[in-house]
Formats: sequence, structure tokens, C-alpha cells
Amino acid sequence: MDAARTRAIVDAASRPNMPRHVRLQLNELRDRYVVLAPEKVMWPDPVSVDVLKLCDGSRSIADIAQQLAADYNAPPEVIQTDVMEFVQEWTDKRLLVLS
Amino acid sequence: MDGQTVIGSVLDAPRPVPARPVRPAPVVGPPLGMLAELTHRCPLQCGYCSNPIQLLKANREVDTAGWLSILEQAADLGILQIHLSGGEPTLRPDLEQFVALLARKGVYTNLITAGTVLTRDRLFALRDAGLDHVQLSIQSVRADLSDKIGNIKGGLAKKLTLAGWVQEAGLPLTLNAPVHRHNIMDTGAVIDMALELGADRVEIANVQYYGWAAVNKAALMPEWSQVLEQQAVVEAARERLKGVLNIDFVTPDYYAKYPKPCMGGWARDVLNVTPEGKVLPCHAAESLTDMRFENATETPLADIWYKSESFNRYRGYDWMTDLCASCERVDNCFGGCRCQAMALTGNAANADPACSKSPHHHLMAEITGGYAGSEPPPFVYRRIAAQ
Repeated sequence: MDAARTRAIVDAASRPNMPRHVRLQLNELRDRYVVLAPEKVMWPDPVSVDVLKLCDGSRSIADIAQQLAADYNAPPEVIQTDVMEFVQEWTDKRLLVLS
Repeated sequence: MDGQTVIGSVLDAPRPVPARPVRPAPVVGPPLGMLAELTHRCPLQCGYCSNPIQLLKANREVDTAGWLSILEQAADLGILQIHLSGGEPTLRPDLEQFVALLARKGVYTNLITAGTVLTRDRLFALRDAGLDHVQLSIQSVRADLSDKIGNIKGGLAKKLTLAGWVQEAGLPLTLNAPVHRHNIMDTGAVIDMALELGADRVEIANVQYYGWAAVNKAALMPEWSQVLEQQAVVEAARERLKGVLNIDFVTPDYYAKYPKPCMGGWARDVLNVTPEGKVLPCHAAESLTDMRFENATETPLADIWYKSESFNRYRGYDWMTDLCASCERVDNCFGGCRCQAMALTGNAANADPACSKSPHHHLMAEITGGYAGSEPPPFVYRRIAAQ
């Protein structure tokens, strides 16, 4: 049984990434971002889109929180807690992977 | 109640229902998903096949250019996800062309296969054309039962080999397990198999009784005790495998308290195209015999989606009985399944009898009760009849 077969737990150093089979794309017809995944079509809100765009496999949770804190002019520790929660939820649904 | 009334007449008597709230007419947006039934041909003959009883031969199938046009129209209409299905879609030699076109248009492609004819080379070619996801059906985790259900020799071994290639190709895998009385006790083993095969998702799909499954109802219907056991297995596995395996559970309608939101509501999000190009709001819609369905080789897909009588008939709330229109759950289930209402009550506009509020709900218990404890009859295998 490979390592992917245990639940991945997010910490500040985790670097989230979208697996190949999950796609965030701008749907021009509806003028909205959409996430396409196996048997799923999801419409993330604008904040979630900003988080997902930063989930590129090179940035850590801490990096992402710092970037968003600057963009939103908000306290980084609050943002980091929110980002960790978000990434954990999406990882549990196997829509993000951690490295 | 006077104590003399028999149960039947109580059930048939009109019940007071709250007044119908006034609701705005539905705003019809673009569809999200499409089931493309590329062919009815299939090496398997499962007695619960969701295809209609009147299966089409190869000479009735839309040709390559026809499908390419339909798929392009679907993408332009706003469809984001297309399920390439059948029958066995890999029997179409032009499948790679369809995948490549959809990939170019940014549409997410899902191959729904029984996995007995797809070669390794072809799977890799489909991946290179842009295929996003593979859904592989499993009849049973036991080789002998798998052969019996699909009426095919050696099916399971071929499926397991394909699952290995899917993993090798780096494609995500969903295992789809149609469940009935012959395999419901192996639900836990199916989940274990999904893990072993490296699947991301498993669908534990209790059979829905339309088409061939309706013919084979007595051979397929599980018993209540089996359903309860299965539910416990699925709930425990979901808890245990959180973040490891996504488990989708299609609950058994006949034992339900409330109906499923069939297709997410009639003609709200998805459409289905048959091998000959007919466009249906759901794959079983041809069981509504008074309905006429347009063909996408003759009528633009957008016109069918927005303007056709078949798509508009059960949109919104106006068509509903007072029971559904005044129900607080109406936006959860949209009245349930039109085909099931038609099959069991003779009127497709009635509430789905799977609903415990329906005056016809007792029919479900009468049917399951009639099969309980009896020896199941042999399967009537799915076959393409002469046309």
C-alpha cells in the first residue's frame, strides 16, 4: 500500500498543489471560475479562487497566507488559520495534494 | 377517522396540503454536464443495464462527423463535463477524436467503461488525447459472480489489468460498483479493492429500477436487512477513509424516505444523448412514452435545451402536484424521478413514489415485500434484439 493511502494532514510547511485531474479554469460564458474534478463541477467564491491560484506546489501554506495577507490587508495569523482549514478540507476531498 | 376505514381508502383519500406558494418562473441557464451514450454495443449483458430495452444496432449510431458536431455544440452551449459512455464506448474507433476535440474546448472528459476490450496502447492514446478521468465498472469482486452477472468469461481479470494501466498512465480512477442482492454483502470488499487499485473514488451504486433493471427487479432487489448492513459498512468506511478515498453512495430508492434529486432536477443541469442522437433530459426518459425527443443531428442542441417541449415540460414548479409544489423539500428533490413516477403511478407528474409523503409510497414496500425471502429468478440478460 503506497503513501497516498493515508490521510494527509496540513501544516504551515505543506505545499498544496492541484493534481493533474483537478482543474481550475475561467468559464468565459458564465464569467466565473470553475473547478472541474471527477464527477464534480464546483463554483468557488472569489476568495477561494485566490487561494487555489496560489496552490501551485511551490508555495507553502505560510507563503500563501503571507501573500493573501498582503493582498487583503489582513493579519497573517488569521489568514493562515483559514488557509489551513481550507486546504485540509480540499485535501480530504482529494482535490488538492500536499508535498 | 371512524375506526372502520380500511388502510387503502385512507391512503387514497385526498390529504390536506398547504396552499401552493407562488414561485417565479425558472430561469434556464446553460447545462453543466452531458452523458454521451456513444453506442449500445457492449460485451457485457448485465441485467441492470441503464440502457433502454430497445437497444440500437451499430448501423443506427451517429457517425464520427455527427458526434464531433454534437460534442462541439455541447461545449459551445456551456457544458463543462462530458461522460463518454455506452454500452461500451471504447468499441467506437473514433473515441480518441472525441476526447481530443473536448480537451481542445476545455471540457472535462470522463470515460465510463466496463474495461474488457480496452488495450494498454489505446488507453495511453486516450490519455495523450487529453482524457481526464476513467470510471471502471465492477460487477463483483468474485470472478465467478462477475462472470455470471455480466454473462462474460474472465471479465474481472481484464478489469483489474486495466486498472493497473490506468494507474500507470497517471489517470485518476473511479471504481463503479452497481449493487443488488447478489453482491450487496461484498460492499466492504469493493471498497478494499478500490484502495488496492489506487482509485480516488468508489461509487457504491444501488441499482435503480428502470430499463433492464425493471425487467430484472425480482432477480436484483435486496432485502431490508441487507440494505441496513450495507449502510453501516459504508458509513464506517467513510469515517475510516476520510481524505484517503472518496466514497459516493447511491442509496436504494425502494427503501428510501425521500426521493433523490433525479438528474439534479429535470433539465436543470444535464442532458443525455443516445447513440442515434436523440437528446433526453435523463437516460431513462424514453420510458415516458407520450414524450417526443428531438435529435441533435437534425436540431441544434441549444434549441433542444432551451426550447423543446420535452426539456421544458418538467422544469420549474408549475407541472407539480400540490403535494410537491407546497413541500418544504421541493428544492432538495425537485419532485424526484419522473420515470419512477410514471412506472409506478402511471403519471409522470406525480411525486416520485420513493417519497414517504406520496400517496403511492406503499407501492414500494409492496414490491420489496413481495420479493423478500424468495429465491431470485435467473437474470434476463441485456441483448440487442433484431430491429
